[in-house]
Amino acid sequence: MLFIYAIAALGLIGLLFGLGLAAAAKVFYVETDPKVEAVKDLVPGANCGACGYPGCLKFAEAVVSGEVGPDACIPGGEEVAREIASLLGKEVSSTKPPIATLFCIGDVYRAADSFVYDGVKDCVVAGEYYGGHKTCTYGCLGLGNCVRVCPFEAIRMGNHGLPVVDVEKCTGCGLCAKECPRDLIEMLPPGEEGHLVLCSSQDRGKTVSRACEVGCIACKACVKACEQEAITMDDKLAVIDLEKCTDCGDCVEKCPPGTIYQRAKIPSEKDAEAAAAEKEKETA
Amino acid sequence: METLISIIFIYIFIENFVLHRFFGICPFLGVSRKMETAIGMSMAVIFVMTMATLVTWLAYTFVLLPYNLGYLQIVTFILVIASLVQLVETVLRKISPTLYQGLGIFLPLITTNCAVLAVTLLAVRLEFTFVESIVFALAASIGFSLALIIMAGIRERLEFAKMPDALQGSAVTLITAGILSIAFLGFQGMLSL
Repeated sequence: MLFIYAIAALGLIGLLFGLGLAAAAKVFYVETDPKVEAVKDLVPGANCGACGYPGCLKFAEAVVSGEVGPDACIPGGEEVAREIASLLGKEVSSTKPPIATLFCIGDVYRAADSFVYDGVKDCVVAGEYYGGHKTCTYGCLGLGNCVRVCPFEAIRMGNHGLPVVDVEKCTGCGLCAKECPRDLIEMLPPGEEGHLVLCSSQDRGKTVSRACEVGCIACKACVKACEQEAITMDDKLAVIDLEKCTDCGDCVEKCPPGTIYQRAKIPSEKDAEAAAAEKEKETA
Repeated sequence: METLISIIFIYIFIENFVLHRFFGICPFLGVSRKMETAIGMSMAVIFVMTMATLVTWLAYTFVLLPYNLGYLQIVTFILVIASLVQLVETVLRKISPTLYQGLGIFLPLITTNCAVLAVTLLAVRLEFTFVESIVFALAASIGFSLALIIMAGIRERLEFAKMPDALQGSAVTLITAGILSIAFLGFQGMLSL
């Protein structure tokens, strides 16, 4: 009989408190903005924090109060931004995510290794070991830390020893840029306009040309060639200002090692292989 | 009166809930990174512990004891504390939005805190009177706050201290907590009820 008392007592107390809470929720109901709930239902709701707010609810509150634009939800992308905007009667600005771009084209064919690395397949570890197996101490080690960190499987390791970014899958979260121990990945504005110096080496020209066939040797030919004054020297590396670049292509012709590429023509895995095959033919 | 003063002194310093009885270690380590959050948490703990002890003492004395249901105290107290915190949160949100914002996330966080449950259970087990129970809860929660705020002060300084890599983060925090606990051992045996 004892257990019946126990169950009854506990059940009664629970019921009493439950009813009390329900009543309190009614009596002390606080009106909240229904728009906040509506926005919260639109976003993916992963509470990822990519927008800079702690959780989707806070983001929704910020959007409704006008603190932030509807396009700040990065995983939601263009579609969600448009839905939120139409719900709140706001304009959407450009919502295409930035794209991860690798600032190194020193593939296994053109940027030699100085020794055979047989350790842990991790760029940080390899970089600590005698400055990395690649002769160039600034170049991509190709062990794929960026590939592993990408939550969207937008990066894979190419056969040429450099990561390949799938532009369609890249959401612009920037995790790979943070992960890369050599800071070779930059998040660039979407689109295919502009030229880039695809090298990150701060070494002197002589050192660069010994380590890599396509590295920036800081000869300043492109700086002189550019009529827009869009190219400047960042110490021993040429940097192109995308805002000023008019895609005239003068710098590409003048660059001795061929480090500069139009963004749409960044050498792919196949280009690298073809270039390597051609070189082999020449030497033979 | 003498008992009340003894209770206050004993549970703030001698039998400090965190440093002597090791209750509420989770918030003690979790929210002591910044002084601001430590103070917020302390206020919430003082508030909830006192309220919870008040209600559970009444529930125990007037509901559980007369019907010989003393063995249900843990389950009942958990239920009471959870409902109470929920109720307080709902009411606060309506009546005092400022206080609600101030206590913020800490209020729901301590619903399931062992220190809160321990205070209510101990108040009953030590056979305190109603007034004694409330003073006991107040002293215990102030003792908790004291430990939390001291810890936050130390940790804010630790951020800038040089130390070996292996000790950084949780390791040095746990060592600090241990040393703090040993320091409070110095009060041992000064007073007893």
